[in-house]
Amino acid sequence: MSTATLVRAHTKAQVLEQLRIPISVISSTLFPTLALVFFVLPQQAVTSNPIASLIAVAQLALFGVMSSFLFNYGIGVAEDRANPWSSYVRTLPAGAVPPTAARALTAMLFAFFSLIPVMLAGMFTTSALEAFTTGALSWWRVPAAMLVWLACGLPFLFLGLLIGYLCTSKVAIAVTQVVFFPLAFGGGLMLPPELFSSGLNSLSLFLPTRAARDLAVTVFAGQPLSPSAIPCLLAWTLVLGALAVWANRRDQGRRFR
Amino acid sequence: MTSTPGSAIRPASPAGTSDVLAAARNVTKSYAGRNALNGVSLDLRAGEALGLLGPNGAGKSTLLNLLCGIRTPDAGTVELFGRNPREPSARRHLGTTPQATSVPPTLRVRETVDFVASHYEHPVPRARLLEDFGLTHIADKQCGGLSGGQQRRLLVALALVGRPRLVILDEPTTGLDVEARETLWGHLARYRRDGGTLLVTSHYLEEIQALSGRVTVLNNGKVVADGTVDQIRSRVSVSRVSFHTDLPPSLFESLPESAGVSAGGDNLVTVLSRDPDTTVRRLVRDNIPFSGLEVHTASLEEAFLALTHLSAGPEPTAGEETP
Repeated sequence: MSTATLVRAHTKAQVLEQLRIPISVISSTLFPTLALVFFVLPQQAVTSNPIASLIAVAQLALFGVMSSFLFNYGIGVAEDRANPWSSYVRTLPAGAVPPTAARALTAMLFAFFSLIPVMLAGMFTTSALEAFTTGALSWWRVPAAMLVWLACGLPFLFLGLLIGYLCTSKVAIAVTQVVFFPLAFGGGLMLPPELFSSGLNSLSLFLPTRAARDLAVTVFAGQPLSPSAIPCLLAWTLVLGALAVWANRRDQGRRFR
Repeated sequence: MTSTPGSAIRPASPAGTSDVLAAARNVTKSYAGRNALNGVSLDLRAGEALGLLGPNGAGKSTLLNLLCGIRTPDAGTVELFGRNPREPSARRHLGTTPQATSVPPTLRVRETVDFVASHYEHPVPRARLLEDFGLTHIADKQCGGLSGGQQRRLLVALALVGRPRLVILDEPTTGLDVEARETLWGHLARYRRDGGTLLVTSHYLEEIQALSGRVTVLNNGKVVADGTVDQIRSRVSVSRVSFHTDLPPSLFESLPESAGVSAGGDNLVTVLSRDPDTTVRRLVRDNIPFSGLEVHTASLEEAFLALTHLSAGPEPTAGEETP
């Protein structure tokens, strides 16, 4: 069967499985929006400034995409490997590409769902909308930012897959948490990097989260792009992608001892 | 090796592939230092039905996992349709079921069938498959809500949806009631009549007998017997000769007709003998002190255990289900 047919079949099955557990969909969809409500809205200085508001929304949207990819898919893979149905699926005549691509597509679809409420909340509860209505920024930035957020999630999807293929599910939860918060904080997704010390800032510039955050802020809020962001993001994507493929190839399901 | 005449029903296999659909050559696989398979070789030809029999931990599932491409051998080679089973294209004509009864709990029956069918060139139409397996009325149920028997039926239906040339089933009827089991056997018998090739594992001789013409017995990761059901049966037709004696039980292991010796409390020794008359004659002729002599025909299960114990060497039979 063609790869496209198989990717479609695997994606459909995975999307259906996700949708049938509505609580996990709802929580991952609302997570960035709740973060906006709790951490950004109380800061008058941010919400009254259209550009600062856009930057905050851009950071939180990326935060949501990243958590969705890392948590749902890293841990999901680890759980799947111990599951006899997944072992069975591996005996079907499909290689590693259809299930992995389906995972990426499903992750992006649900991450996309999480972007909509955080955008809407940002537009209506802060002054972010003014940046567009006054003509300071053009409207194309909104759809472009959505694409950037999703594309910037790829290295984190790969990181999630890498963790999932190397660890059992309980270990994967712990490792993901240990990796997630330093990456999110160090990349300036919780506090803007302008507040970082210069030492932390130079370290931050090497992180995939920082590169993704800078790119998203550039596209969404029209800020200048640091020259290292795109090479840094590409390098992380390639390295983590290669490691994810390697981990998938060596995987033979979970070994019980 | 047997090559059943049934293989003539199928058209000749495409050029480049031989008559052997699945093969293992000198395969070794260990987990955490423990040998699950130790130099196993096996050929499965088109049209054959092979039963893989052995106690828990004998290496049956490991061998199937290697043949299905889930795992790779440490040494030796496995082939499926002449290729490495890790390659997806080698699995185009393979149908399997998961070992445990495991279904995707939130998918509906028809969605699950469609998902698996999408992997094959000419799948059986969904409506016909569901009808054949008596699943039509539950097509819209989520798989997690099916009864154990319904789940098993679904899994075997999935193994057959791609019109496979080879079906590999790992303990297909464990936990089923008699009626459900016989229904499943009926489906597999029909698949066989249509020229399909079958590899099935079981703990139960009865199941192997119903489904297959040829039997391979695995024990401790090794092939200990390979032949037709009748050949294996004659090999394992043994009797239990038990008596009380002060002599050490190990003494009776060297009897030529002995297929295993076990010791019980109160100096009881039980010899599994292929020729109980000779054993009794020997006891008398050699003036062996014994009392309370009993001779029983061993059941097929016991005999089969004797066969697997025999290959395990002279170890005592601690922890096994011997009488």
